[in-house]
Amino acid sequence: MSLTTQVLSMIAKLLCGSSVRWVECQPETCQRVYFANHTSHLDAMILWSSLPRQLRAVTRPVAAKDYWEKGIVRRYMAETFNALLIDRKKFKVHRSPVELMIQAIGNKYSLIVFPEGGRNTESEMGEFKSGLYYLSKKRPDLELVPVYIDNVNRVLPRGEIIPVPLLSCITIGPPMWLENGEQKAAFLERAREAVQRLKEV
Amino acid sequence: MPVEVQSDLYRAGILTILPAPLPYRGDVRIMILLGVIIAILAILYLVGRILGRQPEGTINPAIVRMFHQRVRAWWLMYSILAAGFLLGRAPTVILIGLISFWALREFITMTPTRRGDHRALFWVFFVFTPVQFVLVGLGRDYYPAYSIMIPVFASLLIPARISLAGDSKRFLERYAKIHVGLLICVYSLSYSAAVLDVQIEPAVAETVVPSPGAETPAETPREAASGVRPDPNQTPITITAEARSPAGLLFYLVLIVQLADVFQYAWGQLLGKRVIAPNINASRTWEGLIGGVATAAVCGVLFSWITPFSWWGSSIMAMILAVMGAAGGMTMSAIKRDRGVTDYGTLVQGHAGVLDRIDSLCFAAPIFYHLVPFIARLQ
Repeated sequence: MSLTTQVLSMIAKLLCGSSVRWVECQPETCQRVYFANHTSHLDAMILWSSLPRQLRAVTRPVAAKDYWEKGIVRRYMAETFNALLIDRKKFKVHRSPVELMIQAIGNKYSLIVFPEGGRNTESEMGEFKSGLYYLSKKRPDLELVPVYIDNVNRVLPRGEIIPVPLLSCITIGPPMWLENGEQKAAFLERAREAVQRLKEV
Repeated sequence: MPVEVQSDLYRAGILTILPAPLPYRGDVRIMILLGVIIAILAILYLVGRILGRQPEGTINPAIVRMFHQRVRAWWLMYSILAAGFLLGRAPTVILIGLISFWALREFITMTPTRRGDHRALFWVFFVFTPVQFVLVGLGRDYYPAYSIMIPVFASLLIPARISLAGDSKRFLERYAKIHVGLLICVYSLSYSAAVLDVQIEPAVAETVVPSPGAETPAETPREAASGVRPDPNQTPITITAEARSPAGLLFYLVLIVQLADVFQYAWGQLLGKRVIAPNINASRTWEGLIGGVATAAVCGVLFSWITPFSWWGSSIMAMILAVMGAAGGMTMSAIKRDRGVTDYGTLVQGHAGVLDRIDSLCFAAPIFYHLVPFIARLQ
């Protein structure tokens, strides 16, 4: 891991004063998909930085190409955090986001995804997009780990550039899988509830 | 040796914009005090180990947990103070500034703000807080600046900045929350750093005959810098490295406030019957308060040797500090109760809860700073 990566993740951790709780879940390097609520641009950075070092080496946050490819700084950041940039606008045949993700992770990498799609400004979490369902349908071996990110939206709210150093908390919950024959809507609702439940833990 | 080097720099006019160097490291009393504190903390640590080994059910686990938390916080607090004492004045101010920053962080995290407050919060964290400690660090000449920066400038700028964001919902409440956070966590606490610059009347300060070869008082840059012209008829007062270190007052402040806190808790547990305000804090009782204040007075007498106070002046000061500490504890309890949390530490899991430990210090520090010259006159 490069020095800048370490420095940047340290800054991210200091800035958000994030405490990390692993609830009924252990940090392991097996292939996983961490899915979390999305309220701030810092989410991916914070979650990635709060993983242990060995996990960081094999974990890639999935981020929006249209945002993270604008400007040198953003592109550099995306590179530093080993982000997997996905185009939200243009879908090509056999190049759907899920296909791209599966190609990118191979047998090694884990992913960080935000199934709400965009950043949420409401206090309630939005509906989950179906990507998580298709991903686990194609790769049922991936552990799906719910993550609840608290207070980062106050550190850097939507539309702001300068972060304010409040304390945030990241709760990582017990892994789940797609059940045999489970319907899409039911699965997505179950996943959403898994994240929501961590709010209360 | 370092003092001499500094005074050379002063003579050369290089450091005249900085405050006069304080006789920091040479005070034997502080060394003794540090030794005493380390011994007490070591004993407390052992007591904690013994408490932890007791079979379950004999002692209330909540008390044991509280005991551990406190002892850990004291280790940290005194390591910071000792580090500051050994490294000098500027590091002490910086360390207190960092504690203040963290406390403010906890405070604002606990109080709900709206998106419109974001820019105002930026000013609070990155402008007012650092500037306050820079001004305190520059020394007592900057008292006119640091004593009004937050109560006047910040208190007018914050509501203006919030209003620019265009969100009027619960405006007054949001303004009050941010400003109170700044007043308690930054402004009040910064006075514990300002204590290092408290000047005591010459009659009280130790007079030391200048060593041969020392420059004449009229030319000492310290006096030139502080603007104090020595009276030619008086014996020149030169504070040398043997004199009292101002760190003594800071140690005294922290020590008495913490001891008073603990004794209030202890007396409350032993004799407490009449709870002061059950809706705010169920563990603070009148018996605890009175017992704590009385015990603080005794501690004040015991530790008067590190202060410029007489033994009874010190006991009066200790009682005032105990009362102020209790006031701080009650106020912060009320704020926490309003927000529905018991500890700032539990607010975000895994954090130590700095504000829980320094709430009494925040309230005692400014009062202490302003009362030192008066109490020192009570001989």
